[in-house]
Amino acid sequence: MSGSTPELEQELDGESLLKASERRFERAVGVSFALSFLATIGLGVVYWQGGQTQIEGALLFVALGGIGFGIVAWGKYLVPQGPYVQEREELQSTESEREAFVESFERGNKLIQRRSFLAKLLGASVAAFGVITLFPFIRSLGPQPKKMLYVTNWKKGSALVKSDGTKVHSTDLEVGGVLTVFPEGHAGGAISQSILIRPSFEDIVTKPGRDTWGPQGYLAYSKVCTHAGCPVGLYQELTQQLLCPCHQSLFDVMTGANPVFGPAPRPLPQLPLEIDSQGYLRAQAGFDEPIGPGFWERA
Amino acid sequence: MNYKPIDWVDERLGTAKFTRKSLNKIFPDHWSFMLGEIAMYSFFILLATGVFLTFFFVPSSADTVYHGSYAPMDGHVVSQAYASTLNLSFSVRAGLVMRQMHHWAANVFIAAIVVHLLRVFFTGAFRKPREINWLVGSLLLMMAIFEGFLGYSLPDDLISGTGIRIAYSITLSIPVVGSYLASFLFGGQFPGNTIIPRFYTIHILLIPALMAGLLGAHLAIMWHQKHTQYKGKGKTEKNVVGIAMWPAYAMQAGGFFFLTASVLAALGGLVQINPIWLYGPYIPYKVSYAVQPDWYMGWLDGALRLFPSWEITGFGHMIPTVFFPAVLLPGVTFGLLMAWPWIERIFTKDTAAHNLLDNPRDNPWRTSIGVGVMAFYMVLFFASSTDVLANTFEVSLNFVLWAFRVLVFVIPPVAALVAHKLAVEAGSVQSAGRPRKAMVVSRSKEGEYTTEESDPRPELEFKRHAMHGDIAQSLPEESRLHGEAIEAADDGEDYAFSGSSIAAVLAEEIGERPSGGSGVYEVPRGAPGSGGGMFSPRGPSQSKEVSDSEDEK
Repeated sequence: MSGSTPELEQELDGESLLKASERRFERAVGVSFALSFLATIGLGVVYWQGGQTQIEGALLFVALGGIGFGIVAWGKYLVPQGPYVQEREELQSTESEREAFVESFERGNKLIQRRSFLAKLLGASVAAFGVITLFPFIRSLGPQPKKMLYVTNWKKGSALVKSDGTKVHSTDLEVGGVLTVFPEGHAGGAISQSILIRPSFEDIVTKPGRDTWGPQGYLAYSKVCTHAGCPVGLYQELTQQLLCPCHQSLFDVMTGANPVFGPAPRPLPQLPLEIDSQGYLRAQAGFDEPIGPGFWERA
Repeated sequence: MNYKPIDWVDERLGTAKFTRKSLNKIFPDHWSFMLGEIAMYSFFILLATGVFLTFFFVPSSADTVYHGSYAPMDGHVVSQAYASTLNLSFSVRAGLVMRQMHHWAANVFIAAIVVHLLRVFFTGAFRKPREINWLVGSLLLMMAIFEGFLGYSLPDDLISGTGIRIAYSITLSIPVVGSYLASFLFGGQFPGNTIIPRFYTIHILLIPALMAGLLGAHLAIMWHQKHTQYKGKGKTEKNVVGIAMWPAYAMQAGGFFFLTASVLAALGGLVQINPIWLYGPYIPYKVSYAVQPDWYMGWLDGALRLFPSWEITGFGHMIPTVFFPAVLLPGVTFGLLMAWPWIERIFTKDTAAHNLLDNPRDNPWRTSIGVGVMAFYMVLFFASSTDVLANTFEVSLNFVLWAFRVLVFVIPPVAALVAHKLAVEAGSVQSAGRPRKAMVVSRSKEGEYTTEESDPRPELEFKRHAMHGDIAQSLPEESRLHGEAIEAADDGEDYAFSGSSIAAVLAEEIGERPSGGSGVYEVPRGAPGSGGGMFSPRGPSQSKEVSDSEDEK
C-alpha cells in the first residue's frame, strides 16, 4: 500500500480515533489507582483511630477494587489483545521415545531383580514399618467403643436434677410443663440428657410393661434424637408431641415417644420414674436400650 | 533498563530459556474461564485471612468466664474457642472484617468451584486428555466442603455444635467401623474435649496443605496441556487462539485477584455472616430453631430430612437410617462425579483428544443429564428449609415434607427433558449462535452507495507475519488493525490474526463485483475504539461451518 489511497486515509483516521479512546482509558486507570491510594490512606486512618468494621470493609473494597479495576482495564484496553495463535505441541511422546523409556526402566528393573531376595526382604520391612507406624496415628486417638454406646449415667435410684444441679421435686412442674433433666452428679451431660414432661396429674402408662414408669403424670425420655442425635427440644403441648428442630422428627409423648413424622426410625427410650418418700423424682433404673442414633453393633 | 538480576538468576538457574516461552504463552480468553480463577483467588484470601485468625483463636473447649467488650455475654461460662472468637471479633482491630471475610471467602470459594465444575462439565472440557484434572478438581471440591464444615465448627457456638453432633452420628452410622471411627475421631464419646483442637489441626494444617498441593497440580497440568477453547474461526484442535501471557493475560488475571479480594472485603465489612454471639455458646442439651448449615452442606441436610425412617437390622447388626442420605449419597455423588469421563465414554465410544469445547447444545444428552442432576441437588438444597418454608407459607410441615419427597423424583427428569428439548431445538435453528450477516456497502463509479446483505460473509483473512518462536517480535505494531486494509500474506510459518475489525476487502475482489465500484467496504461493526467486531477475540461468534472445516479431526 502506498500513496494516498482511501484505505490509508481511513487507517490514519482510525489511528487518531484510537488515540482518543486510549487517552480515555488512561484517565480511567489513573483515577482508579488514585482512588485506591486515597482509600488505603483512609484505611490507615480508620485503623489508627481504633477501627470500624463497616468503614474498613468499604475502604478495603475501594482500595483493592481500585487496584484491580486499574490493572484489568490497563491489561485489557491499553495492551495488545491479539488474538494470537499458538500451535499446540504434541502432548504424547513418540513411539520411539516410549520404547526408550521402557528400555531404560527395564534395564533398572533387571538390575534390581538380580538380587530378588534382597528386594523381597526390603519390601517386607517397609510394609511392616508402614503397618506398625499406622497404629499410633489411628489407635492412639481414642478408646475402643466397647460398652460406651450402650450405657448412660442413669442408674437405679439416680435423682433427677436440673441443669443447675438442683433436684427435681414432684411439685416442680404444672401440667404442660417441661424440663431438661440429668442424673444427679452429671448435670449438663450430653449423653444422659433427658426431657421430663408432665402431660397430666394421673399416672401414665405409655406402653404395656411400663405400668409404673409414669407416676403422677411425669414422663421422662432420652432427649437425644434417634435420628441424628440432636436434642429433641420442642414440646408441643396441644398435640402432646416432641419435635426435633434439626430434621423435624415428631415423637408422640403419650404412646412412648413413637416417631410419628419425619426421618427418626425409633422411639425415644423412656426412663422409668419413681417418686421417693420426700417427693423427689428418681429413676427406677437406667434406660433399657442404647440411646440416640443407630450404629452397626446395635441389634 | 537494568538486566543484571536477570543475568544473575539465569547464570545459576538458566531461567531465561523457559520463562521466555511462558511469557509468550497464549491463553484463550472467555468470561467462563475466569470461574476457576475466582475459586483460586478466594483460596488465597482464605489463606491470608486464616493466618490472621490463628493469631487470636484459641482451639480449646475448656471452660472460661468471658469478660470482654460484648456486654450481653459478660460473665458467662463459655469455651475458650467461643470466648476467643468473640474477642477476635470485638476486641481485635479489624478482627471482625477478617473473620467475616474468611467466612464469605469460604462460601464464595466453594460456589466458584461448583460453577467452574459445571462449566467444565457442560462444555465437555473433562474429555481426553483432561481426565486427570477432572479428578484433581473433584478432590478439591470434596476437600473444600469438608474444610468449610470444619471451619464453621470451630467457634463452638450453638449451631455449629449441633452440626458436630450430627457429624458424630453420621460417622457412627458407617457399617462395621462406624463406632470405632467415631470414638477415635472424637477421642471417646461425644462431645469430649478433643474435637475442637483436632478439627483445628485438620482445618489449618492438614487439609490446606493437601489442597495447596492439589491446586498446584491442577494448575501445572492445565498449563502443560494448554487451555481448551471454544469453537470459532481459526480455532482448531491443534492451536490456541487468545491473548499473550505477558502482559495482557498477566495483568487481567492479576487485576482480577484484586477485584475478587475487593468484593470479599466489601462482603466481610458490610454483610454480617455467622454472628455467633447471637447463637450463643454450644450447650449439648440446648438447640435453636431453624438449624441450618452453610449453603454447601444444604443438600446433605435436605437429604437427611427427606430420607424415610428406614433402618436395616438383621444378623445382630444395624445399618442406621442416616447412613443412606449422609454417607451413601455423598459417596455415590462423588464416585459418579469422578467416574463421569469414563461413564460418558462408554456411550460415546469417543477416545479422541479434544481441545475444542462443546457448546452445551451440541451435546443434548450430556446437557440434559447435567441439568437433571443439578435439579436433583437443588431440590435437596431447598429441602433443607422445610421448617422455614412451612412457617413462611403457613402450610403444614407434613405437606412440605411430602411435597419435597415427590419433587425430588419429579423435577430432575422434567428438567432433564426440557433441557434436552431446548438443546435439540437450539441446535436445529440455523442462525443460533451465528454471527450477524455482513452488510456490504458498495460504491458505484458514479459515487452512489448501495448496501446489501452478504451471505456468506466476505472471506476474512489472516495477516501473516514471519514469526520466531511463539509470537512475532512485532506484536505491538500489528495488534491494532482497526480500519486497516488487509495486505497480501507472506508465507511465514506462524502467523497472527489481525485486529478486531476489518474495514476493507482486497482490491482484487473489487473488479469481480457487478457493481463495478471502486471499493467494497464492510460496515465496520466495531468502529475503531469501540471494541468488539467481526473477529472479536471474546467469544464464539464465528460460523460453525468454518470452524468445522478447520477441525483437523
